[in-house]
Amino acid sequence: MTTDTTTATAAATEDEAPEIVRVRDVSKRFVIRKDNSLKERLVAFGRGRQHREEFWALRHVTIDIRAGHTVALIGHNGSGKSTLLKVIGGIIDPTSGSVARRGRIAALLELGAGFHPDLTGRENVYLNASILGLSRQETEERFDEILGFSGIGDFIDTQVKFYSSGMYVRLAFAVAVHTDPDLLLVDEVLAVGDEAFQRKCLDKIRSFQDEGRTIILVTHNLGQVTELADRAILLNKGEVVYDGEPGGAVTEFRKVLEGRRVLEAEAEAAVQTAKHGPVSVEHGTVVEARAWADGRAVGDPVQPGDDLRIEITLEHETGIEDWKCAIQIDNTLGQPVYGTTTERIGAEVSRLKERQTVAFLLRDARFGAGKYFVNASLMDRAGRHLSDKPQACSFDVPYYPLAIGMVHSVPEVVEPSA
Amino acid sequence: MTVGGDDKSGGSWAALRDILRHRELLSLLVRRDLKSRYKDSVLGFIWTLVRPLTQLLIYAVVIGKVLGAAKGIPDFAIYVFSGLTVYGLFSEIIGGTTASIVGNAGLIKKVYLPREIFPLASVGSAGFNFVIQFAILLVATIVVGRAPLHAETWYLIPSVLLLLLYGTAFGLLLSAVNVYLRDIQYLVEVVLLLLLWASPIVYSWTMVRDALGHGLALDIYTDNPITLAVLGFQKAMWVGGQGVAHYPDQLLLRMGVAFVIGIVLLFGFQRVFARLQGNFAQVV
Repeated sequence: MTTDTTTATAAATEDEAPEIVRVRDVSKRFVIRKDNSLKERLVAFGRGRQHREEFWALRHVTIDIRAGHTVALIGHNGSGKSTLLKVIGGIIDPTSGSVARRGRIAALLELGAGFHPDLTGRENVYLNASILGLSRQETEERFDEILGFSGIGDFIDTQVKFYSSGMYVRLAFAVAVHTDPDLLLVDEVLAVGDEAFQRKCLDKIRSFQDEGRTIILVTHNLGQVTELADRAILLNKGEVVYDGEPGGAVTEFRKVLEGRRVLEAEAEAAVQTAKHGPVSVEHGTVVEARAWADGRAVGDPVQPGDDLRIEITLEHETGIEDWKCAIQIDNTLGQPVYGTTTERIGAEVSRLKERQTVAFLLRDARFGAGKYFVNASLMDRAGRHLSDKPQACSFDVPYYPLAIGMVHSVPEVVEPSA
Repeated sequence: MTVGGDDKSGGSWAALRDILRHRELLSLLVRRDLKSRYKDSVLGFIWTLVRPLTQLLIYAVVIGKVLGAAKGIPDFAIYVFSGLTVYGLFSEIIGGTTASIVGNAGLIKKVYLPREIFPLASVGSAGFNFVIQFAILLVATIVVGRAPLHAETWYLIPSVLLLLLYGTAFGLLLSAVNVYLRDIQYLVEVVLLLLLWASPIVYSWTMVRDALGHGLALDIYTDNPITLAVLGFQKAMWVGGQGVAHYPDQLLLRMGVAFVIGIVLLFGFQRVFARLQGNFAQVV
């Protein structure tokens, strides 16, 4: 698959590729001032620092990025990934440490940042291209290409304030990807436009990779991470907690997210308890999960056409009347392949307190070759997650030489019907 | 955009080179400013002229005729309009640059560019408006039959240069400080209003001389770089005053000294700007 080939080429060029970005022991402190006018400042002057609040968005981050790689920065909101991207792009200076970079950089931190609403699309293309470092002549040469890519057509001579948000973003993306950068910084911008345009964007990113350009992207779409990147850096509270193979980073990230979810849930439960007295929420646990083909041993490969058995063991400290259990099967790229819940199936559930096992039987399961992970969740009636167990268990489907993909079907070439 | 490995807080020369590399962008930004300002108005650029012409009308009629300031100042309208034109250049530079960084917050937060570009673009658009107003002034002098064709017309050049220099220097400083303290832009409006009256624009330098007498006070008044530029500009454009009006001694020398000080200020303020710009993206 795509990931395998990119990882392989990345490993091969590991040694000879020059460093394009070198971040050394970078820390960034933000000071939030609560007073912004002269009066407020004078009033607050004698009272010291209570009007300032500081926090470290990055702490001692050291990374090297070599040319030709696609690196994903992941982390939950506020983990410092966007700050790191801005520091790499030179938009913010670090408080301490150093950043060195070479080559032309195009930062897609926000599409159309340089667009002026009162100017026409055409005027904005020239302006934005110039902001991204293109000369007028270069822009002229690429103008038709940009226009074609954006699909804006005759609207190019309309003021951009009359554009729909989709048109706006399409034009901005078209300009940005035609600036010929050595290093492309992308922050959450691939989630824009309709599906066809997203496809186009991803294709463009792939051709960038193919041309040996370097891409650093920030994204929340974990599927995109494993699909596009050959290296992922996981940030948590401003620190690098994982740096390496994307699959590993995604797994690690899920753990961080689960940890946070539990913390938040506990905090929420504490609030609820303070308000309404003890509630049943937040005492449920997914204890374990097992998956195997009916009639085979646990751990044996699951053959297409087997009945897949998934058993989830649950418990609840204080007891809950109405609940549901959900399973989701992901492939190794983190893309959901299959999912269902007891509610969807219409299964009756009884009060949950002591350990109880829910057994799902997926009849005639035909998965494509590869490894699959089962995520299990316990939810209350309203669908709030009481407990999640990501990648609770896994199963393998053996290699099938005639086809690839997530679905199994026997292919053959036959006579055309007409 | 080549950020390269060079240190952004490096010397003023590095900053200058960086700006020169982006000169095409600079001209586009100036054009953006000008185009967008009157984009959807029917009269467009004519509005640029309405304000100075109204000012001219007020000053020429109220102060010149009603209050009698025009006595002893031949071609009073031309005199006032020359002063207003050249002062307008300075006031527009300062007003525009002060707001320039805050006004381009969207870009500053998202893209790395040498940040000096934004105040410089404001200087550029102020310069453009100045050229238009200057053309009107020129037409007016021709209409009254006193076109500025004489031995002292070249005073134009040092006058305008002086204002561009001081405008740019203070513009850099104010644009950066305004990011941290938004009060600056309001303060600037007030100071610009005051400065208009601190130079011989609607009254004559002779009146000040008569009031202050020769001495330190007059020197302080005269050596204000704006006053020097206004005087130089009037010397060049206001033909009616030739032989009648008095100018301070050694005007050119004073201008030269002011110019040297201006250069020093420009470097100094650029350093301040460079120090402050590191945090623009998060404060603005």
